Amino acid sequence: MTRKLLTGNSAAAWGARLAQVDYIPAFPITPQTEIIEDLAAWIDRGEMDARLVTLESEHSMITAAGSAASSGVRVFTATSSQGLLYGMEMVYAVAGWRTPFVMVNVSRGLASPITLESDHNDIMAARDSGFLQIHCATCQEIADSILIAYRLAEHADVRMPALVNLDGFYLSFTREPVDLPDAAKARSFVGEYDPENLQFKGNSPLSQAMAVLGGGPYSYFRYEAHLAVQQALAVYDDIADEFAAEFGRRHDMIDCYQMDDAEYVFVMLGSFSTKARDAVDSLRAAGWKAGLLRPRLFRPFPQMRIRQQLQGRRAVAVIDQNISMGMGGVLHSESATALYGIKDAPLLASYIGGLGGRDISQQEFFAIANELRQAYERGESPPPRLLYTENEMTEMRKLQAIAQAEHAEIHET
Amino acid sequence: MFRIRFHGRGGQGMKTASRILGTAFFNAGYEVQDAPRYGAERRGAPIFAYVRAAKTVINERGIISHPDLVIVADDTLVGMPAAGVTQGVDAHTVFLINSHESAETWQQRLNTEAKILILAAQEEVEDRAALPYIGSRCAAAAAALTNAISQKILLAAISEELGHLNQDIIDQNRDIALGVFDEMSDFTGLVEPRGLPSATDFVDPGWIDVPFENAQVSNIAIHAGATSVKVRTGLWRTMRPIINYENCSGCAWICSTYCPDGAINVRTDGYPEIDYDHCKGCLVCVAQCPPHAIESIPEHAAREQEAGVTS
Repeated sequence: MTRKLLTGNSAAAWGARLAQVDYIPAFPITPQTEIIEDLAAWIDRGEMDARLVTLESEHSMITAAGSAASSGVRVFTATSSQGLLYGMEMVYAVAGWRTPFVMVNVSRGLASPITLESDHNDIMAARDSGFLQIHCATCQEIADSILIAYRLAEHADVRMPALVNLDGFYLSFTREPVDLPDAAKARSFVGEYDPENLQFKGNSPLSQAMAVLGGGPYSYFRYEAHLAVQQALAVYDDIADEFAAEFGRRHDMIDCYQMDDAEYVFVMLGSFSTKARDAVDSLRAAGWKAGLLRPRLFRPFPQMRIRQQLQGRRAVAVIDQNISMGMGGVLHSESATALYGIKDAPLLASYIGGLGGRDISQQEFFAIANELRQAYERGESPPPRLLYTENEMTEMRKLQAIAQAEHAEIHET
Repeated sequence: MFRIRFHGRGGQGMKTASRILGTAFFNAGYEVQDAPRYGAERRGAPIFAYVRAAKTVINERGIISHPDLVIVADDTLVGMPAAGVTQGVDAHTVFLINSHESAETWQQRLNTEAKILILAAQEEVEDRAALPYIGSRCAAAAAALTNAISQKILLAAISEELGHLNQDIIDQNRDIALGVFDEMSDFTGLVEPRGLPSATDFVDPGWIDVPFENAQVSNIAIHAGATSVKVRTGLWRTMRPIINYENCSGCAWICSTYCPDGAINVRTDGYPEIDYDHCKGCLVCVAQCPPHAIESIPEHAAREQEAGVTS
């Protein structure tokens, strides 16, 4: 057993190394850069047999990733935040090429204003692209999920690129114990990459997915891509079972904690959900029947599993670490879709928290539970809430007062 | 769970301290989480790192809001609000300060319920951004105060985390760490872990509904030039440049142009003047001054002199 302390970034690099990747197009961005630094150091020391190329932008990096995967090699890359957005044109394009590879995104909030800290608006921007999405809650899950992501992405029924998401700072720079999969077992689990009919070669030019099509053929290709992403739901369980049999750890498409008899449920993505685990424990110690549901697989969205789990509960709080301007929390909307029109649907409440790395305290989870109980007793969902305290507003007002004073000063002179 | 925070300046090795302690806890059979929290990533700027250690899986994440132990490598940070050293400190907290001064003095200054201990500062160094061995000393103090880590395990962790350095330096760090174990021997086990907060008796978070405010108010407008004035980056300084006006030839365009922070102003009489609220102490001016009229002295010594003058 090689259980050791690794940062989330290091665990991501190990995932790529254990998956025996051949090619790594790279471009640095905080808080992701350590991943490519680790990989570069291993390649430099001859510990890893792969080619790492630094590109001039994420746009080129993702183009190179898709192109290389089309030529039959296994590809890994990583980015974050503005980098993912800068490459977004190619995120959508390469998914249409049906080229499987794995890209890690280290979640960081988007401009403007600029932040270095984590939230999920970056990864949500890739939601509709065709990339599969796995969201990790621990450093252990990062290494494991990269192996699982290659199996999913390269599956003959799927053959789509995959994003593995981890939260900046809360995972990227945080060391936790990680039980690294044995290299030989990992190699055997991931297997050889079979590019099937992807035969792009420098000496035999080929135009891939570049045809300009009318609505009929265009719709066909787009819908086939959608169906391919949905196929990942059908093949996921077998891959997860195989992983559990080989490595002794279960990574289901949804992670359920204390859900058997839960009346009040938190629904969350990513590493902040482990805080909700603590809250569930404390609430249970205080006599509550509380539970936590965490989708690990976000694309495809495990709608039926979520429906089965939430049906019949008293009330559910979806805590989104993202915000869709003019609508609210994305996971809340999608959970509502999963629950609409069924008998015994729970009351659904929306909370936005953790934007730009803003912490969510245990007291806030307890207060959310109280609001859920009141909602259940009233028979009506509460209005959406941004987790924001009076103290935070006071600090914000101080900043505004400084800005106002400076503004006045500048305009007087 | 033990919740431990290390505070220091960039360059002093607080990340290293947290990693040594994290590795030691892990090798002693604990579940561990350790992380640095960078503010401004610069030598001399306040930074902190933290360690959580427990016998069960750790689900708590992020900055430690209620520490069981706070260790401060550089006592000039204690009174600096931006460093956040005293954040969440309560009667349960053990507060260990690397200082020449006594626990009683700090107790009076801070007027806190926390238990204050002193890690006796070693011989003063000129530039505190390079306090020698402080990472290992802080980690060793935490190991002794929690009584959770044997000397043997701590020494192995130091060797593991400093493995990239040469053997002499590693050996010196190990010797010094052992000395800290002795120094802390009266307080072994003083730091006690705490459990999860209660869901029955908790302080209401005090949420508010954030009101709509139009773009006249809520646009992110930065009034150029003025914003950075408010951030006193001079607090990062560990060495202070001082102009000796007897030797200054008044070629203020040279030092004021070389200053990367624009912290040297030109007075109406044509002579330069250093803005100590914003000088970060890089000492580029000392190197560039043609008549060698700018010298540097340790910041802590300068502050002691100032305190002596004013009191």
